[in-house]
Amino acid sequence: MKVLVSIKRVVDFTVKVRVKSDGSGVDLDNVKMSMNPFDEIAVEEAIRLKERGIVTEIVTVSIGSSACQETLRTAMAMGADRSILIESENDLEPLAVAKVLKALVLKENPQLVILGKQAIDDDSNQTGQLLAGLLDWPQGTFASKLELASGKAVVTREIDGGLETLELPLPAVITTDLRLNEPRYTTLPNIMKAKKRPLDIVKVGDLQVDPTLRLTTLKVEAPRPRKAGIRVASVEELVTKLRDEAKVI
Amino acid sequence: MSILVLAEHDNVALKPATQHTISAGAKISEKGGNPEVHVLVVGEDAEVVAQASARVAGVNKVFLADASHLGAQTAEAVSAQVLQHIQTGDYSHVLAPATTFGKNVLPRIAARLDVQQISGIIEVLTVDTFIRPIYAGNALATVQSATDAIKVLTVLSTGFDAAAVAQGNAPIESVKEIVNDPSGTRLLGRQLSSGEKLELTAAKVVVSGGRGLQKAENFKLLEALAAKLNAAVGASRAAVDAGFVPNDYQVGQTGKIVAPDLYIAVGISGAIQHLAGMRDSKVIVAINKDPDAPIFQVADYGLVGDALEILPQLTAQL
Repeated sequence: MKVLVSIKRVVDFTVKVRVKSDGSGVDLDNVKMSMNPFDEIAVEEAIRLKERGIVTEIVTVSIGSSACQETLRTAMAMGADRSILIESENDLEPLAVAKVLKALVLKENPQLVILGKQAIDDDSNQTGQLLAGLLDWPQGTFASKLELASGKAVVTREIDGGLETLELPLPAVITTDLRLNEPRYTTLPNIMKAKKRPLDIVKVGDLQVDPTLRLTTLKVEAPRPRKAGIRVASVEELVTKLRDEAKVI
Repeated sequence: MSILVLAEHDNVALKPATQHTISAGAKISEKGGNPEVHVLVVGEDAEVVAQASARVAGVNKVFLADASHLGAQTAEAVSAQVLQHIQTGDYSHVLAPATTFGKNVLPRIAARLDVQQISGIIEVLTVDTFIRPIYAGNALATVQSATDAIKVLTVLSTGFDAAAVAQGNAPIESVKEIVNDPSGTRLLGRQLSSGEKLELTAAKVVVSGGRGLQKAENFKLLEALAAKLNAAVGASRAAVDAGFVPNDYQVGQTGKIVAPDLYIAVGISGAIQHLAGMRDSKVIVAINKDPDAPIFQVADYGLVGDALEILPQLTAQL
């Protein structure tokens, strides 16, 4: 069984981004970039399925500038077999990304597509569901457990208030939540090996997907800062402040 | 034109997040010459949910799509039914709460409508312009959806007050055309936390624990405090990763976003991802033994000390 995993290069999760003073966006100059953490979990899950003998080939895909090659190499150092970079100088919106992925799915014929549930830059949490909708495939979002057997996926999902288990006929789209697995670290020998694995580059324009933005970002601003607070010296003082000053208890 | 709100419920009760979403719908209506706000309830034996929706202020009409295969509320079945409903009306906006329910279902609908959804709005500026947090709430983007014919939006409860459950009596109409779901997706089961646990996003007080609580048993200290304050219990990602509490306790960028009147962070250092989930709380209290922990930068009241010693004292003095 072939699995397609989509990954996004994003600002590293440890970076506190700054909003540009002209309000046009956030400042990404000289900022550390990494694979989106949820996508790392997606890659790891595909590798585990391969290690269990269920998956035969893992194809990772990323959409963006040529710098995304580095992210794809990381995925291959983890254990992905080959990669495709869909080169685009401009950022695509989730709907256009899903359309690009659909075009790849029709070409590659995977039985499973695994994506992170959310990219930590634009926090949209849409692409997996959009892709499932476009393909009219079943979807198992926010997965914390995934089992595959006899043409079906059994997915345990993180939902408000607990967990839910769904059975989906394959092919299907899965998006990952935090507890699905803990991604492995890459090792130097595997990083070297990954350099020899195939990485195809396709121009986004060759996929017949309209990349025109549907949304216009009029302004990006920093959230209103919180007023500086005070330190209290004791539990008694805290209780008094909450009762008499803040009036919240 | 009308505005459609997809109700979140468990076939028995309307979830509070829906009231916040109705409130956002009412705001769009206000900006757009007062078109009607409709609520669509998709479920099984969910008449009581439709009745509850009809009582919410600002709702003009409720539609109930009731069928046995809609009871599990899978994204496949619900989205097919919503798409059918959209065709029957003249809808300008489709809204759902930005909860695991809405996040799961709504993009599937947007895909079929060929619309770029806007996720997690916190403010309505005009009928097509909204504010939403990005980068874990470290930036707020004002986005306009000018070209898409229908706006598809998920709504963060923290941005809008809950519409009152008033003496409203909007008419309820049964949806006649029930759409089959050929996807083959089947619900095998749910494991839900006991009913006594207060919903994080609806609670007026939230007490959250982090790695500073050291082990799962120590969350009992936090629960005792929560019981005293009638608070919901939350956690940082570190506490979830350490296995102290289940994932649905998680407050933060990729967990729940809350804005209670009082948020008490205990043994939480205050990573930006956590701050993203609680920084809009009215009053923030931080209890941490590290005086330099970043959580103190957003706290109105900070108390430096050992959480395990302070928690029982605080509970006793309330």
